[in-house]
Amino acid sequence: MSSATETARRPARPAPSAAAPRRRRPGRWIAKVLHAYTWLMIFYLAAPILVMIVFGFNDTHSRVNLRWQGFTVKWYGKLFDIPDLSAALRNSLLIALLTTVIATVLGTMVGLSLGRYRFRGMATLDLLMFANIAAPELVLGAALLTLFITVQFQRGFLTILVAHVMFTIAYVAVTVRARLAGFDRTLEEAAQDLGADPWATFRKITLPLIFPGILAGALLSFALSIDDFVITNFNSGQTQTFPIWVFGATRVGVPPQVNVMGTLIFLGGIGLAVGNAIAARRRTLE
Amino acid sequence: MRRTAPYLLALPGVLWLAVFFVVPIAMTLSVSLQTGNVEQGFQFTWHFANYSDAMSRYHAQFVRSIVYGVIVTGVTFLLAYPMAYWIAFHGGRRKSVYLFLILLPFFVSFVIRTVAWQFILSDNGILLGLLKKLHLLGQGFHVLATSYAVIGGLTYNYLPFMVLPLFVSLERIDPTLVEAANDLYASRVRAFLRVVFPLSIPGVFAGVLLTFVPVVADYVSASILGGTNTTMIGNVIQTLYLTNNDYPLASALSFVLMAVLIAGVLLYARVLGTARVYEVASG
Repeated sequence: MSSATETARRPARPAPSAAAPRRRRPGRWIAKVLHAYTWLMIFYLAAPILVMIVFGFNDTHSRVNLRWQGFTVKWYGKLFDIPDLSAALRNSLLIALLTTVIATVLGTMVGLSLGRYRFRGMATLDLLMFANIAAPELVLGAALLTLFITVQFQRGFLTILVAHVMFTIAYVAVTVRARLAGFDRTLEEAAQDLGADPWATFRKITLPLIFPGILAGALLSFALSIDDFVITNFNSGQTQTFPIWVFGATRVGVPPQVNVMGTLIFLGGIGLAVGNAIAARRRTLE
Repeated sequence: MRRTAPYLLALPGVLWLAVFFVVPIAMTLSVSLQTGNVEQGFQFTWHFANYSDAMSRYHAQFVRSIVYGVIVTGVTFLLAYPMAYWIAFHGGRRKSVYLFLILLPFFVSFVIRTVAWQFILSDNGILLGLLKKLHLLGQGFHVLATSYAVIGGLTYNYLPFMVLPLFVSLERIDPTLVEAANDLYASRVRAFLRVVFPLSIPGVFAGVLLTFVPVVADYVSASILGGTNTTMIGNVIQTLYLTNNDYPLASALSFVLMAVLIAGVLLYARVLGTARVYEVASG
């Protein structure tokens, strides 16, 4: 790295020795202001999360959790005291798990097809994935609802699952495909020259190489599924998921259990992401 | 085997998307031309009046959604660019930490985040209550149920979608190019305008795309933070589908929305090429 960017990166510290005289650059104060600004923005992005976490410890006595009444951890003990909310959370977790499994398998296959081969219709398949990701959730949800109404299919757990798989396949496909970008096909050929059948080649060579992509796609589909409100709202019928329940509760007051569940999901997600990042770093170091 | 392999691999996923994504959109078009009601059923009658009906009744909400979309996209761009710039050029080894911090909101359900803003902005809540106690604001001052609250909520929710593609495109710029510009006596401003900004245009395009499209179709922020004067087209479509059961009108509206947005997206993709939009969008 050049000395110019080095000074700009650490604007507060003077140059280490007199031998390297500090160059006064007009951009230094700009970098300082931008540094402070970045932290301000990060605080802005984190503000509602902090509010959520803090008010999960609020000693409120009614269902409405608006004013700070003192510190308590009782809501962590009463986490499952609201049966509907607990059922909604259970639905969310189950749907997210099933979505992850189905979308990861189907999406990985599409990603392999797009990333490893050249074939007629590839551009159309590409466009299909792109359209699916680019289309607003409202349109996806409303269109799917139109289908279920037209064929008179009862909406519930199953239709939510179908919807979630529909909007996560493309994300997995794109992630796996990106992982295949620098893929060395001679490795597979080498395996086959050594007598491995196609399945063994896939299992022993291709799969381990694209596994980080598959894992990232799986985590992404889990996160998208558990958080989805719009598409779910259109296709849920009487079945409730966690975001649907919370949205319904905004009119009557959101109980502190929601904050606690939100906090736990937040920490779980952070744990998974950090674990994944550390594992990825370890893999690259090996 | 070689020849059929890509098709066989893609088949299950494509079938799923064909049945639950492509066919439903075709069906939306069909239903938008039908007449009838829930009790007696709907018939396909080439009823184009649904479209004129939808537009004459709901053009205000439509225009409002697009105006909100433009404002939110502009504001998120202005908020995001300096941050993306600083992280890309001065983030050093901690770049990924900053990015992780920017992604933190994605670990909380966006309904909960919006509820948290409702709480923060409530009339006598932690922010306005404090400012009122300090007599910095009048007692009657409120933010909730105004356009400011809805635009603020949308800006918050979509800010990371703007920062990430901007960062990706800025991070790819070779810093020596900027140095070269400086060596050739370009001022900082000039170097930025002539070198850095033009090279970050793909990120700007992707960020605008990833923000504008979902913002126009959003209805959660308007539901939770807005009032009767901030209804967006998403709220109308949702109510028509789920409360009024007026499927033809709802389909017509969502088809118009989709057509407007897809036309915009395809135009972008044409300008950039889908591969590059992908690339920038998925990092």
